[in-house]
Amino acid sequence: MGTRSYRRKTSHSENGPGDGGRTGSWRVERPVLDQNLCIPCKRNKEACFICWLFCPEIVISRTIPPQFDLEYCKGCGICAEECPTKAISMVDEAKFSEEKKGEE
Amino acid sequence: MHIIENGNTAAALGVKLCRAKVIAAYPITPQTPLTERLSEYVESGEMKAEYIPVESEHSALAVCIAASSAGARVFTATSANGLLYMHEQVQWASGARLPIVMCVVNRAVGAPWNVWNDQQDSISQRDTGWIQLYCADHQQIIDTVIKAYWLAEKVSIPIMVCYDGYILSHTYMPFDLPDQKKVDEFLPPFKPDYALNPDEPANLNTVTLPDVRLDVQGELAHGYMEIRYLLQEDLRTTLKDAAEAETRFARIFGRSEDPYLEPYRCDDADYVAVGMGSITYQMRVCIDVLRKEGIKIGIMGVRFYRPFPDEAIANALKRKKGIIVVEKALSYGYEGTLASDLKSALYEYLAGTGTLPSVQNFIAGIGGREIHTNDLTQILRAASQGRVSKEPTWIGLKL
Repeated sequence: MGTRSYRRKTSHSENGPGDGGRTGSWRVERPVLDQNLCIPCKRNKEACFICWLFCPEIVISRTIPPQFDLEYCKGCGICAEECPTKAISMVDEAKFSEEKKGEE
Repeated sequence: MHIIENGNTAAALGVKLCRAKVIAAYPITPQTPLTERLSEYVESGEMKAEYIPVESEHSALAVCIAASSAGARVFTATSANGLLYMHEQVQWASGARLPIVMCVVNRAVGAPWNVWNDQQDSISQRDTGWIQLYCADHQQIIDTVIKAYWLAEKVSIPIMVCYDGYILSHTYMPFDLPDQKKVDEFLPPFKPDYALNPDEPANLNTVTLPDVRLDVQGELAHGYMEIRYLLQEDLRTTLKDAAEAETRFARIFGRSEDPYLEPYRCDDADYVAVGMGSITYQMRVCIDVLRKEGIKIGIMGVRFYRPFPDEAIANALKRKKGIIVVEKALSYGYEGTLASDLKSALYEYLAGTGTLPSVQNFIAGIGGREIHTNDLTQILRAASQGRVSKEPTWIGLKL
């Protein structure tokens, strides 16, 4: 199937997930949240959400606890860098595939 | 109404008549008086437009790209190294399919530094996906600017309107100043299919992957290659749209030209000289002299250079004995680009038919070297008596 009938003659993308494909496959490190350090989790209040604000891919939810959409998270690590309480750490993806293997 | 003005003013008046809304430019000789004139029209309120003085040509075209993306009719102009400095944005404008009109007032490029006329600047931008039109007098400059807006907006491809520095930009000639009402009839307000809108944010021309992709609505969207193919496809069909522009222009303004070529005494000619810009009018004098000597020769100006009107050129030149291409630019390391393009068109349409003419290439007027009409006459006389050289011959070279 081709794109001849597509409405545009150039590159155009609107708000929403997935315009560049499932970019989660690009990730080599995954963000993991420690709820004991995360400010909104500890206070159980709408607070901080620096990770949500800084995520360039809009894959972190403004919820308690914040959730990462791993379909699209590229693993850039900006959330981990910006988190004021170091509640997010970047963990090697290989570790998760090893865990998966272990389960099998 | 007929007026006597210089070529830069003819271009500025054309832009004013077309009601451009945003003008961004950086001064460079010999273009400067054109944008100066536009800034005066805006300052005096004669023209309702935003004039944005910028710090470089790269920024000038970047401003035009942004304003055009937001749905404004835009204009910029430059010359020589200014155009080269713009080069990255030149490619961007065509890839983004924005109907920008830019005047290129042709001038030699450095090094060495030189402010005089040749056409190396715009020829070096031949492969950027812009439409390139070349003018031979002031009437063509103002008319071409007006036609260019219609055509650019019809096909969503930017256009360079090129004319020779000094020879046309700074000389005075009489020309008909089109009536504003007629221009408004010819050129309706610019209504793009899509314009940036703060209520519906979108990203334009961000990283586009090698393969096709699903967009956020789940519709299959083009990859980079599809977008670039469509530019090529639309450039090729632009030739037909140019003919439509010409018909429309003739109906409203009562004057018409061949959209691609401008032949002079070519019908019964055995030999045809080919060129672009003011030199083609200068060569008419040589043709008249040679005709008196009994040499059957004509001159054909190429007004439409990209997209290349290959079929029209091949049809116009078939059964001629020889073609003499005189150019003010070249592809260094080979020959004049027009000569190469022309040979390729002739080969495509005439190879094997026994009607393939020979092609000779002459380079003239590089860096403003004076082109003496007598020298041109001699060259055309010699070339119509047999091949001068396989390599391009530089006219007036003093080595």
